[in-house]
Amino acid sequence: MTEFNAARAVALGVAASLTAAAPAAAEVEFGGKTIEWVIPFSETGGSAKWANFFAPLLSEELPGQPTVVVKFMPGAGSTKGANWFQEQEYDDGTLLFGSSGSTQFPYLLNDPRVRYEYSDWNPVMATGTGGVAYLNAEDGARFDGSANALKDIDFIYGSQGATRLDLVPLLAWEMLGMNVEPVFGIKGRGDGRLMFERGEATIDYQTSSGYLGGSTALVEAGTAVPMMTWGALDEDGNIVRDPTFPDIPTFKEVCEATDGCETSGDAWDAWKAFFVAGFPSQKIAFLPQGTPQEVIDAYVAAFEAVRAREDFDELAAKQVGEYPMFVGQGAQKAVKSATTVPDSAKAFVLKWLEDSYGVVLK
Amino acid sequence: MEIFATAVPALGDAWALILQPVVLGYLVLGVVMGLAVGVFPGLGGIAGLSLLLPFMFGMDPVLGLALMIGMVAVVPTSDTFASVLMGIPGSSASQATVLDGFPMAKKGQAARALSAAFASSLFGGLVGAGFLTVFILVARPIVLAFGLPEMLMITILGLSMVAVLAGRIALKGLAAAGLGLMIGTIGEADAGGSLRMATYDIPYLTDGLQLVIVGLGIFAVPEIVSLLRQDRSIAEGAKLGGGWMDGVRDWFANLWLSVRCSLIGVVVGVIPGLGGSVVDWIAYGHAVQTTKDKSGFGKGEVRGVIGPESSNNAKEGGGLVPTLLFGIPGSGSMAIFIGAVALLGSGDIEVGPNMLKDNLDITYSIVWLLALANVLGTVLCIAASGGIARLTTIRFTYLAPFLFMLISFAAFQSGQNFEDLLALFVIGLIGIFLRRFDWSRPAFLIGFVLSNPVEKFTNQAFQIASFRFRKSFEEGIEYIFSPIVIVLLVITVVSVVLGIRQSKAIMAEGEVRSGSKRAPMVFLLVIAGYLLFALINANAIPDFNMTDKIIPLVVGGFSLLCCLILLAQMIRRPEGDPIFADKEVAGEDADAPHGLWLTLAWFAGLIAATWVVGFILALAGFLVAFLRVRAGAGWGRTVLLTAAGIAFMCLMAGALNRDFPPGLLQEAVDLPWPLK
Repeated sequence: MTEFNAARAVALGVAASLTAAAPAAAEVEFGGKTIEWVIPFSETGGSAKWANFFAPLLSEELPGQPTVVVKFMPGAGSTKGANWFQEQEYDDGTLLFGSSGSTQFPYLLNDPRVRYEYSDWNPVMATGTGGVAYLNAEDGARFDGSANALKDIDFIYGSQGATRLDLVPLLAWEMLGMNVEPVFGIKGRGDGRLMFERGEATIDYQTSSGYLGGSTALVEAGTAVPMMTWGALDEDGNIVRDPTFPDIPTFKEVCEATDGCETSGDAWDAWKAFFVAGFPSQKIAFLPQGTPQEVIDAYVAAFEAVRAREDFDELAAKQVGEYPMFVGQGAQKAVKSATTVPDSAKAFVLKWLEDSYGVVLK
Repeated sequence: MEIFATAVPALGDAWALILQPVVLGYLVLGVVMGLAVGVFPGLGGIAGLSLLLPFMFGMDPVLGLALMIGMVAVVPTSDTFASVLMGIPGSSASQATVLDGFPMAKKGQAARALSAAFASSLFGGLVGAGFLTVFILVARPIVLAFGLPEMLMITILGLSMVAVLAGRIALKGLAAAGLGLMIGTIGEADAGGSLRMATYDIPYLTDGLQLVIVGLGIFAVPEIVSLLRQDRSIAEGAKLGGGWMDGVRDWFANLWLSVRCSLIGVVVGVIPGLGGSVVDWIAYGHAVQTTKDKSGFGKGEVRGVIGPESSNNAKEGGGLVPTLLFGIPGSGSMAIFIGAVALLGSGDIEVGPNMLKDNLDITYSIVWLLALANVLGTVLCIAASGGIARLTTIRFTYLAPFLFMLISFAAFQSGQNFEDLLALFVIGLIGIFLRRFDWSRPAFLIGFVLSNPVEKFTNQAFQIASFRFRKSFEEGIEYIFSPIVIVLLVITVVSVVLGIRQSKAIMAEGEVRSGSKRAPMVFLLVIAGYLLFALINANAIPDFNMTDKIIPLVVGGFSLLCCLILLAQMIRRPEGDPIFADKEVAGEDADAPHGLWLTLAWFAGLIAATWVVGFILALAGFLVAFLRVRAGAGWGRTVLLTAAGIAFMCLMAGALNRDFPPGLLQEAVDLPWPLK
C-alpha cells in the first residue's frame, strides 16, 4: 500500500464519519456509508481479530464499497452486546453483529442474563475453528494414543471458566478418566499457554490459530507433546481428523482407544453437541431481525466474493486457520447446529457443571 | 551467544528501515493523532488504534508500524496534560502524576510541572528502548521465571505503597485501601463466577466498576467540585510562575531518580499480566522514599512528578516484551496492535515466539520507532505546554462545565452504559468525602486497582502451590519461595517499614483542620456499614466457591476491624484531635462562596437531563444554564462557548466513531447522529 492509498483511506474515514447520519437509501447501495460491525467483546479477543480481518475484505465487496468499522460492546460475558442486538431492528442495512462460542454457550446453558434469540436473527456468514490439546514433555512421553497411562497423573490446567469454551476440553479429559484440576480466572488462552510454558500448568489446549501461533514452537522445542484435536465435521456431521492438523488424532480416536471412554451415550452426545456449538461454527455474522431479503442477499454475495478471492485461503489460513467459511445457506445450517442442543445433552452438562464445579446458572 | 551476532546487523537493518522520509512522515502523523487522542481523558490508545485498523490491511509493514507506534507511544505523554492541569487522571498510567502535578498547577507552576513530566517521559522512553535492545534477546527465560507467586509478590509490593500514602492516621489509610479492594471485588468473580454485591437484575454491576470511572470519580470530581465552589482559577491568584525551562532543569537535577524509575518501569512492564497499573505507584513510592525532605509531597513536589512520568513511558517499552515474544498483550492497546500487525503487508509478520528468529529487524524497528515517537511527542508537548498552562489562569467557573462534559464522556466510553454516568457520580461522592475527612484517596485507588490481581494471583498461586505440596514438601517450598519471591519480599518489608515511618510527613490532602465529632463519625459509620454488608454478602456465597469469597472475607474483615478501632478511638478522643480532620471546618472549602450540594446539583442535573434527552441535548441545556446562571456570562459569550463545546465533542466523537449516551427521548424517536 502506498501513501496515496493511505491518504485515500484517511479521507474515506473522515468522509465516513461525516456521512454517518445520512438517511437510508431505498436500493441496496452503501456508497459513502459506514457499516458498523458490532461484536460483544473487547478489542483484545479472538472475535476482534476475526472481525477486523473480515472488515476490510467485506468493505471491498459490498456495493458502493462502504467503510466497515468494528465496534466493541463488551460486557456480561458477551450477553450485554447480544441482548442489545436483539433490540435492534432493520434500519438501513449498516448494522452487522458478530457472535461467538462465548455467546452461544450462555444461550445453550440457559444463563439468566440471556435475553436474545438466535432464530430471530439473519445469519450471513459463519466460520469455524478447531482446537488442539497438548501435554508437557514428561507426561506426554506416557501418551500412546490412549489416555490409559495418564489416569494416575494429576494435571493442572489454566482455565477461563467451566461454562466457557473450556467446557469442551474439561469434559473431554474427564471422559478419558484423566484427573485435570482447572485453575480458574485466567483472561485468555494466551495466558493459559504462558502458564503452561512456566511449568505451572501441565496440560493446555489452544484454538487452531493460537496453537499455530504459539504452541507449535513448543512442540518443535520438545517442551510440549500434542495429544488430540477436537476434530472437524464432515458433510454428514461425523467427526473426522482436523484438516489443519491431519497428523494429530481426534478426541474420538483417543476416546475409542482408552478404557472406559465411550463414543456413544449421554456423555458423548453432550460433548459432541457442545463441541459442534463451540468450534465448527464458532463465529457467526448476523443482520438484525426484519432485514429485507435483498439486503441479506447483498451481504451473502459480498461474503461469497470474499471467499472467492484468489488469495483468500492464504490470508485466512494465517488468521483463522484452514476451515470452511459458510455463507448464506451454509451459514444458516451452521447457526442451527451451533444453537440447537438436545435437551438431554443440556441437562447432562448442567448437572456435570454443578457436580464438578459447583456452577449453578440461576 | 550467537544471537548477539545476528542482533547487530538486525539493528542496522532496523535503522535503515526507520530512517526513510516516508516512514518518518508516517511516524509524525501517528504522533500528532496520538497526541490529539491522548489529551482526551479516558480514551487512550485503544480508541486511536481502532480508528487506524481498517487502513492496516495490506499496508507496507514499516509504514503501518510507524503510524501505529507513533500513536500508541505518545498517549502516556499527552495524557499528562489532563493530570497536571485539571487533576484528571487521563489513564491508569498517569494517576500518580496527579498527586503532585496538580498541586503544582494550583501553585501556578503548571508549565514547570508539565515540562518536568515531559522531559522525564522522554528520558524514560529512551532508557526503555536502550534497555530493551539488549534485553529482548535474553528476555524469554526471565519472563518465564515470573510465575504466579512472583506476580503476587509484585502486586503486594504495589499494595505496600499504601504504607507510604496512608496519611496522618495510618488506620484511615488502611481502611481506605481496604474499601478500595472491596469495591474492586464488586461483580462476577473471575474464578467461580459468583456475584459479589451484584445481581443479574442489574447487569451493569456484574462486570464490576471500570478503572477509568473510579480514577475520575476519586480524583477529578472532588477537585472540580472544590475549585468550582471556590470560584477561582486553578492557579492561585491566576498567576503563572516557573517557565518550561525550569521543569527541564528540575528533571536534570533529578536525573538519577529518573534513571531508576525508568528501569522500574521497564522491568515491571516486561512482566505480562501486571500491566501498567502498579508501575506508577511503585515509582511514586520510590521517589518518596529516596527524598530527604518529604514534607513537599502531595503539595507540589516536583520529584513526585518526575518519578511516575519516567516510569510510565518506559513501561510501554517493557510491555513490548510479552507482546512481541509471547504474543500476549500487556494492555488493551497492545492487543489491537497484535491484531493489526497480522494485517500488515502480506500478513507474514506474526507476533509471537518466532518474532525474534524470523523478524528481528522488525522487532528492533518497533523498539526504536517507539523511542523516536517519544522524542517527537515530547518535543511537541513541551512546545505546547507554556501556552496550554495558561488554561490554569482562567476563572474556573468557565472551565468546570467543560470538564464535567469531558469526564462524563470519558466515563461513558468505558462501558457505553448510562450507568457509567451514575457510577461516576456515586464514586465521585465517595471521593468528595474521602477528601473532606482526610482519608487517603491514593490508598483507596491503589486498593481498587490491585483488587483483581491480588485476588486472582492469590487464588491461583494457592491452588498450584497446594498441588505442588501434594507432590512433595520440597517442591512446594521451592515453588513459593523462589529467589525472586524472597528478593521481592525483602523489598516489600523494607518499603513498608520505611513507609510507616515516613507516612506522617506526607499529607496527600494538604493540611486539614479538625472539627467536631459528628460528621467524621457519620462517615466512618457509613463506610463500616458498607463493609459489614459486603461481608455478609460474601459470606452468603456457598463454600464450594471458596475462591470467590475468601479474599472479600479476609480483606473486608480486616478493613472492618480498622474501622472499629477507629470508632473506638473517635469515641475516646476529644474534639479537635487530628482523627476528626474535616475540610469543611476551616480552609478553602469552608470559606468557599458556594455550597457543596448546590455545586454538585449542577453535575447531577447534567446526568439527569442526559437520562431524559440524551447527552448532546442535555449538554447544550447544561452549558447554557451553567454559563448564564452560575458564571453570569452574557448571551453572546454563552452561545459561543456552548457551540464551541458541542462542536468539539462532536468532532472528537465523530472522528473516533464513538457514541453518546442516549436518553428516554432517543428510545421514543429516531434522531440523527449526534443526537441519537
